[in-house]
Amino acid sequence: MDIQTWTFILVGTTFALYIGIAIWTRAGSTSEFYVAGRGVHPIANGMATAADWMSAASFISMAGLISFLGYDGSVYLMGWTGGYVLLALGIAPYLRKFGKFTVPDFIGDRYYSTTARMVAVFCAIFVSFTYVAGQMRGVGVVFARFLEVDIDLGVMIGMGIVFFYAVLGGMKGITYTQVAQYCVLIFAYLVPAIFISILMTDQAVPQVGFGSELVSEPGVYLLDKLDGLSQELGFAEYTSGQKPTIDIFFITMALMVGTAGLPHVIIRFFTVPKVRDARISAGYALIFIALLYTTAPAVAAFARANMIGTINGEDSAGTEYKSAPSWIKNWEKTGLIQWEDKNGDGRMFYAGDDRNEMTINRDIIVLANPEIAQLPNWVIALVAAGGLAAALSTAAGLLLVISTSISHDMLKKSLRPNMTEKQELLAARIGAGVAVVAAGYLGMNPPGFVAQVVAFAFGLAAASFFPAIILGIFSKRMNREGAIAGMVSGIVFTAAYIIYFKFINPDANNTDHWLFGISPEGIGTLGMLLNFAVALTVQRFTKPAPQEIQDMVEDLRHPRGADSATHH
Amino acid sequence: MAFDSKDKARSYWRANLRLMAILLTIWFVVSFVAGVLFVDELNSIRIGGFKLGFWFAQQGSMLTFVVLIFVYVFRMNTIDRVHGVDEE
Repeated sequence: MDIQTWTFILVGTTFALYIGIAIWTRAGSTSEFYVAGRGVHPIANGMATAADWMSAASFISMAGLISFLGYDGSVYLMGWTGGYVLLALGIAPYLRKFGKFTVPDFIGDRYYSTTARMVAVFCAIFVSFTYVAGQMRGVGVVFARFLEVDIDLGVMIGMGIVFFYAVLGGMKGITYTQVAQYCVLIFAYLVPAIFISILMTDQAVPQVGFGSELVSEPGVYLLDKLDGLSQELGFAEYTSGQKPTIDIFFITMALMVGTAGLPHVIIRFFTVPKVRDARISAGYALIFIALLYTTAPAVAAFARANMIGTINGEDSAGTEYKSAPSWIKNWEKTGLIQWEDKNGDGRMFYAGDDRNEMTINRDIIVLANPEIAQLPNWVIALVAAGGLAAALSTAAGLLLVISTSISHDMLKKSLRPNMTEKQELLAARIGAGVAVVAAGYLGMNPPGFVAQVVAFAFGLAAASFFPAIILGIFSKRMNREGAIAGMVSGIVFTAAYIIYFKFINPDANNTDHWLFGISPEGIGTLGMLLNFAVALTVQRFTKPAPQEIQDMVEDLRHPRGADSATHH
Repeated sequence: MAFDSKDKARSYWRANLRLMAILLTIWFVVSFVAGVLFVDELNSIRIGGFKLGFWFAQQGSMLTFVVLIFVYVFRMNTIDRVHGVDEE
């Protein structure tokens, strides 16, 4: 069977599975809609968290990014996993004990203030919309590349699926589809990785193959080969970076802290029955995430060595275009790889200096990997199903945050406290529906700045939520005034810095103009420190939190007495 | 009140903070110290095909993170039990 037929079969089967799960897991109450009735098994929650967290970018783009950045790509690996340690130790168990539905719930109650709640709602909605637009776009792009349908039609099909299970099942439906989506995406990622590892290093475990000798050149380690090639071809050495150390440090920290402050990740820990389940499900989540994240840098290295070898040839004289393997010609059609015969010798050549004749999109590393490794057609189709699973699962988690922010935090807790549970559930469903449509619109008409604002999502989460939550748990005396002043100064500083360098004066976006040499991607770390400093200073000069709040914090700090599951 | 006395509550919280401090120190060392600040120095040491600093940045830090969370879970469950605040 050809690739298209296989893709239709696999994508169709997985979509049917997601719809089946949605019908089976309809939500009947707000507790089920918001937190899946707190009845999710920790392992299932670990898988759901992993799928929730790993987006189209993790699945499709990350290995390619690392492949082209080498060591500098480590910021994503450490940054997007290290945050789970902070979550498990400092946030997840305490917020589960708190036992409410949303992150703004915690901020609003802990700081006894509607203003604080509204600041949190604003941040949650902004961060989630920023993120979700990229996911819907990702769905469209996967459809377009593998099934040759229009991107907009792809976005609409994706919207339809998410609409169905998010509106019907809320958190309950999303959780169990995410479990299925995790299985699809990890299988789709590991199969080609294992094949290419065996092919290049004779090692079935990619993480081991990564540090092994090449089959084609016994005695030469893969990474040494890459370092040698980089030097020959005028690229930076693969295993050492180009970015200044301070910037690497700040970007990694911003991604870690941002991860721990992202609402769609935090609320996943509200869905388990007990405090101890919240702790251990963070551990399971990180195992499931690390399975992909430790494979990604191996794929990056394999694919880079393989790609350079294919294009430049064994003797580094360039491969004749006429005899190029079929994947180059296949992906040329999509524009992801392009060849311009600058010296007119009919041979392709890839280099980091003016000998270069190739334009290569980094996404090709994952998308074309199975073809580069000459794997069967069904594996190529599997990558399409995996990319869709990654994008849809993240989109659903984000849409839920948006819908609960509207129905629970804005309506029930602030504007319409007299709503019945039935009305609130209806509002949540309508909120989810509207959010899906808005996200789909953004996916079809992506604002030009989607790529640039990803720094926003992490920077804002790091500079706003993280300090407010940590102080709320670890400092009993922290009060309303301190928390609000801290959040506002953290957000304003971080947003102003990013807006200045990304939009107002992009020409100045380089090391010479950055504050302490920190790029906009890493500025969230400084925003977080500022938030902590302002909050602690303001708190010193204002009244400490009232006694009943301090008692509540005291009670958060141990697991006994957490309200249990409403449904199993 | 879940604790018998203020002292018990304080000693529980202190045990928790001590565990956190130890684990977060390791968290910082494997990522920021080994993988970022002293990566060049560690790269002069090799294990198989890996330079050590590079390995920490792209493999070792993540594997350690997983271990840290599980150590936390098991130690914390014990601390809960000893102080009588575990979930029955």
